Amino acid sequence: MFPGMSSETYHEPIELLSEDTKNTHRAIVSLKEELEAIDWYQQRAEACTDDELRSILIHNKNEEVEHALMTLEWLRRKNPVFAANIETYLNSSGPVTEVEEKVTGGGGESAGPSSGASSASLGIGSLKGMK
Amino acid sequence: MDLLKRQKAPIVDEAWQQIDEEARRVLKLHLAGRKVVDFSGPHGWQLGGVNTGRLEHIEKGPIENVSHAVRNVLPLVELRVPITLPILELDYAGRGATDLDLDPVILAAESVARAEDDAIFHGFEHAKITGMIQASPHTPIEVRSAQAWPSAVSAAKKVLRMAGVNGPYALAMGMEAYEEVMADGDDGYPLRKRLQERAEQGSLIWAPALQEGAVLLSTRGGDYELTVGQDLSLGYASHDRSNVELYLTESFTFRVLEDKACILLRRVS
Repeated sequence: MFPGMSSETYHEPIELLSEDTKNTHRAIVSLKEELEAIDWYQQRAEACTDDELRSILIHNKNEEVEHALMTLEWLRRKNPVFAANIETYLNSSGPVTEVEEKVTGGGGESAGPSSGASSASLGIGSLKGMK
Repeated sequence: MDLLKRQKAPIVDEAWQQIDEEARRVLKLHLAGRKVVDFSGPHGWQLGGVNTGRLEHIEKGPIENVSHAVRNVLPLVELRVPITLPILELDYAGRGATDLDLDPVILAAESVARAEDDAIFHGFEHAKITGMIQASPHTPIEVRSAQAWPSAVSAAKKVLRMAGVNGPYALAMGMEAYEEVMADGDDGYPLRKRLQERAEQGSLIWAPALQEGAVLLSTRGGDYELTVGQDLSLGYASHDRSNVELYLTESFTFRVLEDKACILLRRVS
């Protein structure tokens, strides 16, 4: 294994992991990197004393936001639990901590494979690669 | 409250968990198409159709000198299978029972999986779905004995390659073909291994909806797409003093994007 590869963060033997899990791992690592870059650019721009450089750093930060959201959208398309949670929380209104209750009518968790009387799907999604 | 209305069902949480788990287990076992085609979704109940980007031209419209064309859209088909369960049995879960009799859930899951796979492999005219086997331009390869499977897979792979369809490949096998391959050995060497070698270590998929034999297809991506609106879900319909009626449902459509990406291997006697 090459040093510094994201696959170093695998927590289980790679031969036990499906292609789906490995691709999801790549997406999550990428998302983490993009979010970290947003944080860094934000701090650099705020501390910067040159106006032109600051505008470049802010531009770069906004680019990273786009990258992060593109990766998140990939995760949404591939993973029904991400999809269900995104449907619940994104573009919602009112206090975020009350969104779930509003969606389920107090009936429990709304997102992800269903549990109890909640109304989510069974979370089957894509089975590609499964034998 | 949403369309599934699960909160209305007189079912304790422990029973819901067992029902969901059982449905999930059987669906994952029986669904074959999802193991080999691209998946888009879930997009929710609101998705009613998939844009194909095509136009259907109308030869003569109602107003002269005005050409009319209708956008071609694939409507999603909704499947629904009823499940009737005795409330007394489900209540046992609240008392700690972990072995509920959920045979109706198993049967419903098998039926829905069969319906989805039937549409993927054979099509469903009412929903304008063309199945991958229907769409394939390749002449089916005949398999005349159990021992002929490996050479048939080699021949099928050659046909796909000649058509410019690269791997990886998967071999989806109907129930009889699959059992035949699993049971047989060729000079002491398992047929299953020989088949996997011919399919370049591709997957052997148990596909009960296939009745004629097997299908060799590419799983490289971009050839077949299953679009799911509401993914497989259990909802509540009604109940009386003794029984509760649930249902297993989903909405989906299926598109063949590259018709040359599969070939039928037909088992003949």
